[in-house]
Amino acid sequence: MRVKLSRESLESDLVRLVEEISGEDLSTCYQCGKCSAGCPVAGSMDILPSQIIRLIQLGLVEDAMASETIWLCAACQTCYARCPKGVDLTRVMEALRELAMQELGDSLQVAQIAPCDLAEFPQQAFVAGFRKYTQ
Amino acid sequence: MRFAYFPGCTLETKAIGFDRSARQVAGELDADLVTLQEWNCCGATFPLSTDNLLDIVGPARNLVSAAEAGESTLVVACATCFNVLRRTNHALQQNADALEKINLFMERPADYAGQVQVRHLLDIFDHEVGLEEIAKKSRPGLGGLRVAAYYGCMLLRPANEIALDDPERPDIMDRLFRAMGAETVEYPHRGECCGAYLTVRSPDASMEITHRILAAAIRAGADVIATACPLCQFNLDWLQNRMAQAYAGFQKIPVLYFTQLMGLAMGLDATGYDFEKHYVDPRPVLREAGLLHTPSTVAVGRP
Amino acid sequence: MDAAGTASLTARENTPPRAMIIGAGITGMQAALDIANAGYEVVLVEKLPSIGGRMAQISETFPTLDCAQCIMTPRTVEVGQHPYIHLITHSEIESIVGEIGDFRVRIRRDAAGVNWDLCTGCGLCVEKCPKRVTAEFEMQMGRRKAIYTLSPQAVPNKPVIDRENCIYYATGKCRVCERFCPTGAIDFDQAATHIEERVDIIIVATGYDLYDQALLPEYGGGDVPDVISGLAFERLLSASGPTAGKVRRPSDGKEPKEVVFIQCAGSRDPEKAMPYCSTICCMYTAKHAMLYKHRVHDGQAYVFYIDIRSGGKRYEEFVQRAMEEDKVRYIRGKVSRLFRDGDQVVVWGVDTLTGRPIEIAADLVVLATAIVPRAETRDLARMLDITIDAHGFLVEADMHLDPVGTGRPGVFVAGAAIGPRDIPEVVALGSAAAARALSLFTRWTREKALAEGVAHAI
Repeated sequence: MRVKLSRESLESDLVRLVEEISGEDLSTCYQCGKCSAGCPVAGSMDILPSQIIRLIQLGLVEDAMASETIWLCAACQTCYARCPKGVDLTRVMEALRELAMQELGDSLQVAQIAPCDLAEFPQQAFVAGFRKYTQ
Repeated sequence: MRFAYFPGCTLETKAIGFDRSARQVAGELDADLVTLQEWNCCGATFPLSTDNLLDIVGPARNLVSAAEAGESTLVVACATCFNVLRRTNHALQQNADALEKINLFMERPADYAGQVQVRHLLDIFDHEVGLEEIAKKSRPGLGGLRVAAYYGCMLLRPANEIALDDPERPDIMDRLFRAMGAETVEYPHRGECCGAYLTVRSPDASMEITHRILAAAIRAGADVIATACPLCQFNLDWLQNRMAQAYAGFQKIPVLYFTQLMGLAMGLDATGYDFEKHYVDPRPVLREAGLLHTPSTVAVGRP
Repeated sequence: MDAAGTASLTARENTPPRAMIIGAGITGMQAALDIANAGYEVVLVEKLPSIGGRMAQISETFPTLDCAQCIMTPRTVEVGQHPYIHLITHSEIESIVGEIGDFRVRIRRDAAGVNWDLCTGCGLCVEKCPKRVTAEFEMQMGRRKAIYTLSPQAVPNKPVIDRENCIYYATGKCRVCERFCPTGAIDFDQAATHIEERVDIIIVATGYDLYDQALLPEYGGGDVPDVISGLAFERLLSASGPTAGKVRRPSDGKEPKEVVFIQCAGSRDPEKAMPYCSTICCMYTAKHAMLYKHRVHDGQAYVFYIDIRSGGKRYEEFVQRAMEEDKVRYIRGKVSRLFRDGDQVVVWGVDTLTGRPIEIAADLVVLATAIVPRAETRDLARMLDITIDAHGFLVEADMHLDPVGTGRPGVFVAGAAIGPRDIPEVVALGSAAAARALSLFTRWTREKALAEGVAHAI
């Protein structure tokens, strides 16, 4: 199935939303892949960080929202630190998480966490986890 | 010297050993840490979206509180709290519109103008106390203990906002440990993420990256890992059980807070350091290195 | 001065016009030969002890894989022997005053410690000198003596003494070179001298330097062993280089079997204030990978690239040859970082085409570091009051229609000092600058002849 591109699809509402929420201009990214090369979790991701941007550049925001990648981003900022064009990919990931949760609900339920883990984990793990994974 | 201090929720509870050792060591070095009267959880991650100003209110309230208490500096030991507060401060300093809205929303007696400086405890030790002074106070010292300093993300990035150390080749902790008589170990993943909150949802992903960090440190000959963040400490520590199952031949290694090591180097009473709460017990290694001085740390029960 | 900015010869009545060319790399040499062969005198000033510039450091040239020394040495010899080229090496420009038709240049010739009028270039002093230091010409891949020539084919083939590293200057002892010199050419007390030259036009051809690896901390910052620049690898490939052309790891001398080439190391990076493309790296990296494979048949070469820029004549075919014939594996993705792990250098890259993060345990890593202008170019531009851009490159009068002119009449620019360029282009620019000079020279000569009635008007 061919991906159909047009002016409308490239400038869709979702694309605008991602750019607005993240504050990043995705046309800056020239797809060098340095972010993906340095991302510590990239090996576990289904779509590479640079490919997330590529999907948005092609107007395919829903595919990006449906990835496991955006939930594996730990916001470690390594991508942003090394990007030659200064794109803050962590902000793009955050925007996608927000949009995904608006559509699909929370990505993490308290019920999913084992009771023993609830007792063990430091507070900040939950505070951060719930901030990132729930609305 | 005295500094206004922001402990953060985790240091008050799960990581109280970090807090106690930080206060004790700072006190010994004439850099008393005085907790802010009014403080709240920093939020544990800096909000990255532009449409969520409310997320900044939480951390901002701490800066406002410090300003109202007449503090020009706010010192933080937890790397994550440090990162969040510092980035929040930077965001408010850079964005006049956001600052105005926050001030209007909070309706405090005086508007916050970005005047508080957020500094990490390592920065205070390096620049206010000085390594020379710390070296002098390091009796008995760390006796050549091989320490792998682990910086993680929060102390280093984004470099232009955090400005604590070189993000690619950090050495503030290494220099500190060397001044205290340790041998610091070079390994390639010192500034790499531990997984942070990923552990809550995808512990295997966290395990993979923390294993890489630890394995490199162990290969480089480290006796212990030193860290400045309770979540890093937790990930590097708690996940080792999983690692032992997943990776054949994995050798466990204790993970300590940098202030715990400092306290030991300075011969302080380590009773409150909570070594027994660590998942990989650090006491055998510390005992072997001759660093456990206080009888009470041995008598706590588990050998 | 007439309205067009050209001078008449009244400034220096009966002297034929002379040109000064600053920089004796391939660009400067081309310009010098063009002007000299037209019958005019050239003062050619070079900072290094001998001429040839970067091309003298190169092993083979793309896309033909011609031996750089073989094609260049006839030029250097011609320049060295040309009756109209007054070659001043081991020298720098101190000041320039005046204007077109009458530039007065003060040149400082550094003390060589050797009287070149007596020296025959026999090389005995170099052979006998006991002090070895890292050689800049070899890009730190090899060593030279404290008394040295840059290379065996140096023109002039006369040595200079590196005072900082010479045992005699440091301790008063040694003097072995003096003892062995058959013509008594060693002169430890030699002082720097000053030369004043009056010229009509000046051509600046000061060439390029490489981006400092210290500014690439994620690629080792220059501190990780076996991570070297392209020019350093060039020296390893060179038959007259420190390893006689055998590819060896600097750390242990072993032959590397896994070699990673990283393009765009510092180029195309606005965050590092280096937004431009360095133009030649895609080509020389392909060349390096091919030459490596020609020498180490069981080795594997990887090239991490973002794009391949191969627009010159026969360039694209050359890169394809690297991929098809020499099985160089091109991987599209920028390396994020590298680090030492035991004996090897671990490279973290990515293949954006398959969407996989890539890790390679390399024996040797070659960085195609960005091309930057030499620091001296900035100083010269100030002296000459000509424009340089934000990166320090000389600015041509018009990007399209005046590639060698400047805002200053009588001052021309050429070569890689304007921007990263390949050899065919810099040679063309050298000739272009020479043509501009000759245009003025012949015009003035003709005007003079017309005025004297010894030429016919058209």
